[in-house]
Amino acid sequence: MASNRGIVGTVISRLVQAIVVVAIVTTLVFVLIHTAPGDPFAGAMDNPNVSEALRARWRAMYGLDQPLLTQYLRYIANVARGDFGWSFSMHRPVLDVLKDALPNTLVLAGTALVLGFAGGIGLALIQATRPGSRTDRTLGAGSMFFYAMPDFWLALMMMLIFAYWIPIFPVAGSVDPIMHEYMTPLAALADRLKHLALPAITLALLSGAAVARYQRAELLRVLPDDYVRTARAKGVSERRIMLVHVLRNALIPTVSLLGLSLPVLFTGAVFIERVFAWPGMGWVILNAVSTRDYPLVTAGVIVAAATVTIGSLLADMLYAVVDPRIRGR
Amino acid sequence: MRSSIRESVAAEPIGGRAHWTRHVIRHAGIAGGVLALIVVVALLAPLISPYDPIAQPDIIGLKNAAPSLIHPFGTDSFSRDVLSRCIYGARVSLSVAALATAIAVILGTLYGAIAGYAGGVIDAVMMRLVDAALAIPRVLLLIAILALWNGLPLWLLIVVLGATGWFGLSRMVRAQVLSLRELDFIAAARAVGATSPRILIRHILPNVVPTIIVAATLGIGHVIILEAGLSYLGLGVQPPSASWGSIIQDGADQVGSAWWISLFPGLLIVTTAIACNALGDALHAAFDPRQITGASTEIDS
Amino acid sequence: MSEPLLSVGDLRTYFHDAETIARAVDGVSFDVTRGEIVAVVGESGSGKSVTALSVLRLIRKPGRIEQGSRIFFEGREILDLSETEMRDIRGNRIAMIFQEPMSALNPVLTVGEQIAEVVRVHTDASRHDAWERAVEMLALTGMSDPRERATAYPHQLSGGMRQRVMIAMALVLKPALLIADEPTTALDVTIQAQILELLQKLQEQLGMAVLLITHDLGVVAEIADRVVVMYGGEVVERATVTELFGAPQHPYTEGLMNAMPRLNQQTERLSTIPGIVPPSTAWPNGCRFRDRCSYAWEKCEMEHPPLYTIDGNHESRCHLAVEPERRESSHEPIAARGQVHR
Repeated sequence: MASNRGIVGTVISRLVQAIVVVAIVTTLVFVLIHTAPGDPFAGAMDNPNVSEALRARWRAMYGLDQPLLTQYLRYIANVARGDFGWSFSMHRPVLDVLKDALPNTLVLAGTALVLGFAGGIGLALIQATRPGSRTDRTLGAGSMFFYAMPDFWLALMMMLIFAYWIPIFPVAGSVDPIMHEYMTPLAALADRLKHLALPAITLALLSGAAVARYQRAELLRVLPDDYVRTARAKGVSERRIMLVHVLRNALIPTVSLLGLSLPVLFTGAVFIERVFAWPGMGWVILNAVSTRDYPLVTAGVIVAAATVTIGSLLADMLYAVVDPRIRGR
Repeated sequence: MRSSIRESVAAEPIGGRAHWTRHVIRHAGIAGGVLALIVVVALLAPLISPYDPIAQPDIIGLKNAAPSLIHPFGTDSFSRDVLSRCIYGARVSLSVAALATAIAVILGTLYGAIAGYAGGVIDAVMMRLVDAALAIPRVLLLIAILALWNGLPLWLLIVVLGATGWFGLSRMVRAQVLSLRELDFIAAARAVGATSPRILIRHILPNVVPTIIVAATLGIGHVIILEAGLSYLGLGVQPPSASWGSIIQDGADQVGSAWWISLFPGLLIVTTAIACNALGDALHAAFDPRQITGASTEIDS
Repeated sequence: MSEPLLSVGDLRTYFHDAETIARAVDGVSFDVTRGEIVAVVGESGSGKSVTALSVLRLIRKPGRIEQGSRIFFEGREILDLSETEMRDIRGNRIAMIFQEPMSALNPVLTVGEQIAEVVRVHTDASRHDAWERAVEMLALTGMSDPRERATAYPHQLSGGMRQRVMIAMALVLKPALLIADEPTTALDVTIQAQILELLQKLQEQLGMAVLLITHDLGVVAEIADRVVVMYGGEVVERATVTELFGAPQHPYTEGLMNAMPRLNQQTERLSTIPGIVPPSTAWPNGCRFRDRCSYAWEKCEMEHPPLYTIDGNHESRCHLAVEPERRESSHEPIAARGQVHR
């Protein structure tokens, strides 16, 4: 029977691996950013009246004149205490900036994930129950079309069609900039949802297309398997066969796709956040990068990588839960 | 395990093989044809392009003109003909994608082959590093690098794109090398006294080539999209060069009013990417007919 | 003689492709009476498995059962039934077990669930009751710790246990007919004996008929009542077990028997039937076995032999039935010529 010790051991070892990965990422990112030319005080505060001496003093204040290793160690020590530094461009602690931005990205990516996977699996089911038919080929062509699309371009087109030509949705932002504070809770929720719709649907279309292609192939791969024939010989209806027997098996590899989708969703979110001015991690990092806000960029990329790593870990664990063959080890 | 009806029917698939081959050839043919067409257009740009892509003939009168017979794709805010820009843009987008993919393929194959063949601790360490690299979303890394080292020359952009795109491929190559390594003919080669590098190059790599070809084809499509995105952010191809992504960027702010500037280059990107994907899938099916999957074997995401 | 439980008449199952037609089953007829065990014997390519699948109408595109075929079961013409009515019969009145128990069981469902599924699909038993019946059935098949085992997944059980699960799944609703497609081929020899014994015991207990598909004459000798030998998509010999083993009529049957290694034989080399089964897309004219037959003569190429009645219920599709003297002049089969003999 399934060995619980096996599962716990696996989880712990994967967790340790994840921590190692994040540590390596942190180092890489830190080195990368701090070896880049320029610093926050070189051009960001573009006031010619600011003298070089003043700039030098600022640098010393933030420890930017120290050797790289010293800066690195100080940074690690701070991060361990939960202090990610001060964001020069936002004039707030980095942690606060991230605390506001991360949930926005998670909401966007999360919604897109759910919509995309549900839609993709549903589409795949429709296609797999009538392979080779015109429905199948049309849907297949459609998903191929969306799969090959640049995310930012799709975002622009969606905005063009659904915010300009047929104005159903607002053009940008996560909330109405003027009215939101004065709305009733229900109206405020509706406002948020309206603003979430276009970005989330855009992201969902892209990931859903990939899921549909993958899931369809898996369903078709499982269909000729022997146990499907056994189920038919038992008198099980085709519908039950597809939903209980085939899907249960074909879903397993898709769960691993979940883990792989996380980086993609994150990066897709970056562009889509830019197009729709959605105030999430991607938007924050882009702004930070252009203003050379080191602490924010560093922290941003690290948090992004960490989120992705944890997500993959969760997806792997989910895989073990879903496939009994892995469980009993 | 498959139902064995076929086995009890005949030894060979009933007309199956010929039918399937035709199917593959047809799909690969269309995709390949489309790609070839785009490549030809790019190569012959000076001959085909109706106007000079950087000419700004009439900034007042021709600014942001909608598509018409004389300007099929319209003009942009500098009265440049969008169609001509797209034709020349093809050169940039395609060459960047092809060269970057080539770099990624070389790096990934070497790294993966060495890791897979060496095995043991070396393999473990090498792969942990790759895992760490894969954990950082590629786009974020590129954004960070390109923004911090602003204004990179085109060739350096290509190198950076290639250098960030080989991790996934290295994993695939390593996996294949690992399984190939245990096969008998390798042991035989070793018994005859062949050295490791020789075995790697002459015996193992040729078997890995199909995977590489498929990954490269899909990878080109992927990099085209990636580079377009970076150019859209202003981080990729710098003016005066213009890739399709740069053109989209030109029109992004006015997408409501001058939608043609962003629409057409995007369509070109989609077409090229679809062709790459279709070709890659067809090649994948050609090399391994039993595995007609929809999943892609991309170089990196 | 009471009316047969199953009556297959002139069954033709062809596989259609853009260019060719594979006539896997090309005019097969046989009966199965209540409570008897009929073995269908043949090698790969003979069409025996396709015949079994055709009875349950489990043939999918590009295969189909051709017009003119008849399959009577419990007084009804199966080929006229709707899909819903057919589903009623599957697992309920006619059940089937397959060769590879590992791949024939769903890897992500427990074996108990898979057995209970049969009950719940055909009756309104509650979850609980269905589970109980599943456990009962496992006990009946000789599984130790049935309640515990029912919660196991297929990959956690041995080959023999999995086959017991398949049998439990097939028999839980006490069908009138069990079709067993090579049930012991994939198992170890010792387990084979156990499974055969189990089948025999259950068959007696439940009074059901068994259509046993196999290529193993040993199994046939052990438990079958009557035998149907298939070759080239057709029935080439039909007889009771004693008649068949006592006096095989068709040269193919003879060949099969000679190929069986026997402990009391003093041979250096096992004899084989030279040549291979012709492809179902191109059956040869005349007798389909003639290229591999030691007795074949001109008539065999010109005339496709009908199923001659030898004596009572013993039939053979061979011209030797009308020209028995040809048996004296045996020769090298055409297929053996040009073969290297060591």
